[in-house]
Amino acid sequence: MPSLKDLRNRITSVKSTQKITKAMQMVAAAKLRRAQNAAESGRPYAEKMSATLGNLAANLVGGVGAPKLLSGTGEDKTHLLVVCTADRGLCGAFNSSIARLAARHARKLQGEGKTVKIFTVGKKGYDMLRRQFRSEIIENIDIRGTKPVDYAFASEIADKILGRFDAGEFDVATLFYSQFKSVISQVPTAQKLIPAELPSTDGKTSTGASADAAMEFEPSEEAILTTLLPKNLTVQVYKALLENAASEQGSRMSAMDSATRNAGEMIKKQTQIYNRTRQAMITKELIEIISGAEAL
Amino acid sequence: MATFHFDFVGPERTLYSGEVEAVQIPGTEGEMTVLPGHAPVLTTLKVGVITVTEKAGSGKRIYVQGGFADIGPNAVTVLAERAAPIEEVNPAMIDKEIEAAELARDATEDLEKREQLNGQIVQLREAKHVLGAN
Repeated sequence: MPSLKDLRNRITSVKSTQKITKAMQMVAAAKLRRAQNAAESGRPYAEKMSATLGNLAANLVGGVGAPKLLSGTGEDKTHLLVVCTADRGLCGAFNSSIARLAARHARKLQGEGKTVKIFTVGKKGYDMLRRQFRSEIIENIDIRGTKPVDYAFASEIADKILGRFDAGEFDVATLFYSQFKSVISQVPTAQKLIPAELPSTDGKTSTGASADAAMEFEPSEEAILTTLLPKNLTVQVYKALLENAASEQGSRMSAMDSATRNAGEMIKKQTQIYNRTRQAMITKELIEIISGAEAL
Repeated sequence: MATFHFDFVGPERTLYSGEVEAVQIPGTEGEMTVLPGHAPVLTTLKVGVITVTEKAGSGKRIYVQGGFADIGPNAVTVLAERAAPIEEVNPAMIDKEIEAAELARDATEDLEKREQLNGQIVQLREAKHVLGAN
């Protein structure tokens, strides 16, 4: 039977934990709003970019001389997994679900006799995958602190991926991140980066010209495609980082919400035990006094 | 005068969107002015200044550093990675860019890369000249 003092201490400690989780929930809610705004305002660029690329590629697919970023190296031996997670924990299953998806993917590829290389973005994913894939991880970048992700950071990552691709270190690149569906639902997703997956066009360009109409290209079609594809890679990485940022905050928000609720329940239960013990002690003392008086 | 829709989109946000009469674009193959009903062209951009004419006598100038333009008969979209309204750019900033590019050029052994950076430096010099003339 714990003493009253022990119980009191326990209740105070749960209360202060609840205060922390409550504060974290509110901070996550504010950050989520900001992350969602950033994702929103980044969308037009990504959409226009993939629409334009889709148009360009539609004219070129199957044609010889398509850049390697689009058509692949023609081999399927070495896979690069780019795993984007957060730098911080305490956000529910966010980090582990991305890491688990990537790990499963890696195991499957290894089972098929392919070489797997892993490039982690964010500290948590690195920590989780390090145990299983020590020798496969070739690089790790931490997301810098609490600063919101920007385009420059995405292009830094994309440049590293491109550098390795140009050096012939891998054939296929897949990006792992968490897609933001809603505050309570984030879906870990795998997306092919190289060879680029492009949306099929519906035969209309964004500017109102039909795709099969003679379009002029300055300089040449191939030249544009070669400059555009690396940019598209950056955009895809940037999009993934934004989705991830929103997912992380959403996940943290709901995790902290349930933590706060659990703490509330615990406080209620503990307070009940505390009150009951207190009452029992008073009753006991009273009985002692009364029986003492009666004995006289 | 007839107008068409002009979108200027950066990766982090949309920088300009509206009906305009004409847009002057610094294409890699040369400057061009786009009026309504232009033939569809897709062109890459060099470092330079985009001049947007909303209506006679009023408009805007935006400094861009690379990107591309998707031109159609009733809409033009410019996607630029780095851009700023002209008031926010000064020659000193471009000087810094030139210096960075020169350092990168001298550091690399790769001839192709050197060539590419050289091109960039020339473009930056031109842009600085345009800005300086204001």
